[in-house]
Amino acid sequence: MAITSIKNLKEFSTANDRFEGAHLLCPGCAHSMIVRELLNCTNDNLVIASATGCLEVCTAVYPYTSWDTSWIHIGFENSATAVTGAEAMYKARKRKGTLKNPDAPVKFVAFGGDGATYDIGFQWLSGAVERGHDFTYICLDNEVYANTGGQRSSSTPIGASSTTAPAGRVSYGKKENKKDIVSIMAANGASYVAQVAPNKWKNMAQAFQKALSTEGPCFINAMSACTTEWKFDPKDTINISDLATDSLVFPLYEIVDGHELNITYRPKNIIPVKDYLAAQGRFRHLFKPENAHILEEWQKRVDANWERLQRREEARV
Amino acid sequence: MSNGNVLGNEKRGMVELGAEKKVGWDEVTHGAVLYSFEDDATDVSFRKAEDRNYAQFSSYVATVASWRTIKPVYNRDICIDCQNCWVFCPDVSIISRDKQMLGIDYDHCKGCGVCVEVCPTNPKSLLMFAEAQNLEDALASWPEKKKKEEK
Repeated sequence: MAITSIKNLKEFSTANDRFEGAHLLCPGCAHSMIVRELLNCTNDNLVIASATGCLEVCTAVYPYTSWDTSWIHIGFENSATAVTGAEAMYKARKRKGTLKNPDAPVKFVAFGGDGATYDIGFQWLSGAVERGHDFTYICLDNEVYANTGGQRSSSTPIGASSTTAPAGRVSYGKKENKKDIVSIMAANGASYVAQVAPNKWKNMAQAFQKALSTEGPCFINAMSACTTEWKFDPKDTINISDLATDSLVFPLYEIVDGHELNITYRPKNIIPVKDYLAAQGRFRHLFKPENAHILEEWQKRVDANWERLQRREEARV
Repeated sequence: MSNGNVLGNEKRGMVELGAEKKVGWDEVTHGAVLYSFEDDATDVSFRKAEDRNYAQFSSYVATVASWRTIKPVYNRDICIDCQNCWVFCPDVSIISRDKQMLGIDYDHCKGCGVCVEVCPTNPKSLLMFAEAQNLEDALASWPEKKKKEEK
C-alpha cells in the first residue's frame, strides 16, 4: 500500500519509505525525520537537490546513496538553482513532447541547511523565487554550520555558544539576533511559506503537501534540533522540539501569497523560554548571574514576536 | 542482507563504477551517478522495501549496527500500534506494515532512543537495553505498569 491520507498516524504509516536507513547522520538527527516525512507524504515522483551540508554529506557517502528518488548535489549555494533548472527543462520538454512519461506527476524539491539558506545560498534562493519556478525549498534549520564543526550562521540565535562565537569570560556567545527568513521569503514573493517542526508531524505533513501542490515557489523553514551542536542527548530530539514549539521560540505558522498569515499551532500551555534554553548545552552559560539580562531579552523577544504574529493573522496584511 | 561495511576494511571510493580494476583516489572521475535500484524505479512509492530490487549502491544494503551501544527492544504485548515510533524514527528502522508495528530493523538502527521517548504506553512497549543483552532476558525483565506516569 502507498500513502493514502495523513488523517492519522495509522493511515500515514502505510507509506513506503523512499529514504533508506544506514545513512550516516548522527543518531537522533532531526534532518532525517523531516526528509522522511516529505518523501512519505506524497506518491508523486520527486526531483530533489541538496545543498552541501549534513544531509548531503551523510546521505550520499560513496558508494552508497540513501535516496530512492532522483537526487542531485552540486554545490553549497545552488540547490535552489539546480532544481529550478531541472524544472525549467521539464517544462520545456513537456511542451516539445519529448518526455517519456508526460502524465506522471513530478514535484521539484530543494533541501538546504540553514547555512546554505540563510547565508551562502541566499541570493540564489531569492533569484529562484523571484523567477517564479514551481518548486519547494525546504530549509533544515539547525541554527549552526553543524557539518563543519559548529560555526555560527545568521540563523544562530542570540546567546548561543558556537565555535566561532564561543561563550566565555568576556562573551555570552553570539551577539546578533536570528534572521527572520520566513518573513523575508514571504516578502520575496513566495506563493506559500511555512515554519514547521518535526514533533508536530501532522502540521508538518500538511505544510509539505500544501507546498507540493501549490504552483509557484514555496519555502518551508523546518526546525531541526541538532543533538551534536545544541548539545543534548540523542534520545531527546522530539522533547527539545516540543519545548521549542510550546515556548514559542519556534512558532508554527504559514503565510499564503505573502499576506495571509495563519498560525497553525497554538500551544495549550505556553512554557517559559528558560525551559527551552536550559535543556541545551549551547545556552548553559546564560544561566550564570551576569547573563541574566540575556535571558530576559530572550523572553521579551519571543513574546513580542508572538504578539506580532497574532496581530498579523488578524490584520491579513 | 549483504555486508555493506560502511566504515569497514574495504577502502571506500576505490572502485570506479563500471571499472574493471581498482583505481586510485586521484583517478576517480569527478561526480558519480549511483542507482538505488537494479530495475525501473518509477513506481517505487507503491512498493514496500521487501518488494524492491535494491542495487548494491543503495544504503539499504549497508548497515550501521556497529554504531550502537544500546538497542531498543520491542514488546508486542503492550504495543497499541500508534505508530509514533515509526513517524519519528530518524533511521527508518521501525518496520510497519498494514498499520501494524512488526519490529525493529537492527541493521539500520543506531540506538538513538527516540522511539522509546515517544512511546505513549504504560509501561513503554519499547525500552533500551545493552547491545549484548539477549532479547528473551530483556522481555522477561520488562517493568510492571506504573501507577503514576512520570515525565
